[in-house]
Amino acid sequence: MDTEKRIAELSERLGYIRDIFGSRENANITLLTSKLHEFGEREPLASPQEAARLVQQLEDLFVFLEKKLDAELSAMDVVRIVRHPHRVSLKDILENVYDNYTEIGGQDEYSIDPGMLIARAYITRRRGDKVHHQPVMVIGQEKGHGQEFRNGGSVKPWGNAKALQYMKVAETEKIPIHTFVSTPGAFPVEDYPGAAQQIARNLYEMAGLKVPVVSVISEGGSGGAEAIGLSDARLMFSHGYYSVISPEGAAAIEAGTRQGQRVPPELITACAERLKMTARDNLSMGYVDRIIQEPHLGARPYHYDFFKTLRQEIIRATDQVFLSIAGMKFFRAMALGRHKDVSPADAENMYVRWTVDEAAAERLLWRRYRKYRCMAENAFVDSRSPTKRLYANVQGVVWSGYSFLRYDFLGKQEKRLSKALGEVEGELRVVVDKMSGSLRKMTRRSGPAVCDAEKSRMLTELSQPELGACLEDWGWSYISPRAREDRAVTCPNMKQSGCPDLWAPDLFGDFAGVCSHCGHHFPMEYQWYLHNVFDPDSLHEFNAEIEAGNPLDYPGFVDKLEEAKKKTGRKSSCLTYESRIDGKKIVVAVLIAPFRGGTVGAAEGEKFIRALARARKRHYPFLAYVHGTAGIRIQESLNGLIQMPRVTMAVRRYIEAGGLYLVLYDTNSYAGPVASFLGCSPYQFAIRSSNIGFAGPGVIKETTGIDIPPNYHNAYQALTRGHVQGIWDRREVRKNLKNALLTIGGRNLYYR
Amino acid sequence: MIDVKSVLEEIKAAPYEEIEIKAPHTGVVTFEVKETGVRAVAPSGAYLEKPGTLLASITRERNVKPLHAMVSGEVATIHLEHSGAFVEAGTPLLVLRHYLTKDEVVAAILRRVLHLFCAPERAKYYFIPSVDIKVKAGGCRAVTVKPGMELFIVSRMKREKPLAYDGPEGIIYAVYFQHDDNVEAGQALIGVCPENQTGLIQDVVNRVHSDWEERN
Repeated sequence: MDTEKRIAELSERLGYIRDIFGSRENANITLLTSKLHEFGEREPLASPQEAARLVQQLEDLFVFLEKKLDAELSAMDVVRIVRHPHRVSLKDILENVYDNYTEIGGQDEYSIDPGMLIARAYITRRRGDKVHHQPVMVIGQEKGHGQEFRNGGSVKPWGNAKALQYMKVAETEKIPIHTFVSTPGAFPVEDYPGAAQQIARNLYEMAGLKVPVVSVISEGGSGGAEAIGLSDARLMFSHGYYSVISPEGAAAIEAGTRQGQRVPPELITACAERLKMTARDNLSMGYVDRIIQEPHLGARPYHYDFFKTLRQEIIRATDQVFLSIAGMKFFRAMALGRHKDVSPADAENMYVRWTVDEAAAERLLWRRYRKYRCMAENAFVDSRSPTKRLYANVQGVVWSGYSFLRYDFLGKQEKRLSKALGEVEGELRVVVDKMSGSLRKMTRRSGPAVCDAEKSRMLTELSQPELGACLEDWGWSYISPRAREDRAVTCPNMKQSGCPDLWAPDLFGDFAGVCSHCGHHFPMEYQWYLHNVFDPDSLHEFNAEIEAGNPLDYPGFVDKLEEAKKKTGRKSSCLTYESRIDGKKIVVAVLIAPFRGGTVGAAEGEKFIRALARARKRHYPFLAYVHGTAGIRIQESLNGLIQMPRVTMAVRRYIEAGGLYLVLYDTNSYAGPVASFLGCSPYQFAIRSSNIGFAGPGVIKETTGIDIPPNYHNAYQALTRGHVQGIWDRREVRKNLKNALLTIGGRNLYYR
Repeated sequence: MIDVKSVLEEIKAAPYEEIEIKAPHTGVVTFEVKETGVRAVAPSGAYLEKPGTLLASITRERNVKPLHAMVSGEVATIHLEHSGAFVEAGTPLLVLRHYLTKDEVVAAILRRVLHLFCAPERAKYYFIPSVDIKVKAGGCRAVTVKPGMELFIVSRMKREKPLAYDGPEGIIYAVYFQHDDNVEAGQALIGVCPENQTGLIQDVVNRVHSDWEERN
């Protein structure tokens, strides 16, 4: 009976190995198959002792060959391990790593989103004779070993909202958070709260969580992973992956296939390698702090030793975060030093109190910001000369100093003084009004008010066309080159609205690309906005030397980048300016669609952060004008993906410093940037006829099977769902921005 | 009394509808379909977002405008003499032979043999309670209508008024409106046929469903 059971287990292990290696031929797998088959033939003839000996031999062979096979794993094999239903799931971890737990807000399929699992758990530690229960909030995606209702850990927007809710609860209760990332990606639906907008909200809030967050990554699928992945300590399973896109998605983009078409498996395997998605790659790039070693060919629920290791690693990482912000930590910090090989028992036996006071929380936030700020610093090209860099650094210091003197030191005194003066003035005004009241009454009685005859005529007569009253001066400083074409253009709404054809010089010249019949906004060049929205000659570009690079040496990407640089004359898709609107100084970051679809990589993220820092130091409002963005640049993989939390943290820092962060979407804005540093703004506006969303129609159909209506991502739909706060006519952008600068946001703007 | 069988035979003799595609406006025509017999598909997708087969394009003021098939079928005629020429709006360009589907055949027969009682104005229509009970219990064919019989409640802008049936006596063979949906003025509400013809109509409809071969 025992032999049969052991053989059944070995058969299952062999099946698992076959699943992992897919259709690849491998001598070791063939050997295991033949040995198992051979045993099946010999077993009926062998005595029980002989059978037990043979099984033991077979088990040893499995262990030996599994180790050998583990060394041969390719990136795509790792992807198959992570996706396998036998892979450890969050429930296994809760059962085996924590000493006790209570699941919150869900019981199997009875949950707002069964893909997101939340639990209050505790870890028990001893200090001498005393036993301490250290509570934590555990949040993570649950794949449930293939349970269909878990949706493979692809969390819906409301699941991420639930995660955020309990992160805030943990903050209130001042307990650390452990997040377990195990998702192929977020479920791309726009229904409220919206996939992109909710991830952005999560990132923004996590950037300011005043309790330590430790994340463990098993399957880090793009935006879905970032929704709970922003943390102070980032651990990763040795057989996990963490990537901006699935290998299949990258291969489909690479091959340019359309919906429903199959991509060659070799290309998928090649893309998995190119994306540098394994734990080793991520550790070497600095996007995870430590790798948790799994058993050969990946951890499965019966690997109890692995859970022990995981427990030690999590405790150690949590301790390290707490010690890094603690007041007294010298010996314990030394003992738990990053590069020291601490035995698991030592880590668990050492006691670190998991509490955070106000001062420690401030230190924690600063460390978290610095941690992410230092990431991807070598993933772009900075072609500035050393002198220029020095000059920029000195300039930054001077601005900071001036900002402190002008707005913090003198500014506070000035505010106090003006407040006192205001009070005195108010008092005096009442007295003066009372005294002069009777005098005014007497003046009014002395005779009727006389109206200027000319003014009266101007106000009451009809306009006179001969004087030019009906000649409208469109006054555009920049005219689209398309206005030079002598041809007619058809409005896409022609069938529904009956729009007549428009003459290109009219449409792209005077009408600013707006259909005069239905108001449809044709896409315009980003230069149109730069020259027609801001004050003439007020644009001053900075950090133009920061260039998009090819940090992963993605094959063929250098040529594509060069082509984009040549075509646009720009070095990245993000342009940063200092400018003025009606005299008000403003910092502007523009994501331009012609440069690789406005995708965001390390250079773009860096420029955005530097622009935010500039606006913060100079107390200027900040406008993110998104001419168009297709998402994160997949060829940079994690170097691009990490810009989501990285830039969002910079945005939060800017907003908390009292700035005004405005986002204006134009044409098409999708994916990562919308799901992070753009979507987190409290003031997001869209140009009419623009599209805003998380994933495009093709991806939605592919991943969810849902056919979405053609206007699904339309700005008006986004407004209805509450994703944007208003829709602007292109011709009124300048007027609306002027108004916004005066009416919303920012207590620390220089002109307030 | 209309001979239902002869109507079916008539449709069978010409099981298609010929749709003439004309130039929607002036311009120079370029035919994308070069020969007759080519199959054209109608717009598809859950929201009809994928356009039908590109049949021709007309260039006006350097603006190339596509002309897609709006129904599926077979290109029966192409006026190739217009190829590359400037045409006026309304000039016939192609003829598309659309083979009738089962549902279209049934609808065509019913249109011919039933008396359609149409909505006089845009509103929501409900059967009066006594009729509604009968319809729910035994289906619409359980209801016999007579001229002048109060049959509907017309509901518009929270005001309701009765509507009497006007037409020949018979049973309600088909109901064309949905509960709680607005019905446009002129759209059919019910189709009525003489009681003795019900079996015959049903028989023909069944035959269409079982025997008709769809060619699109």
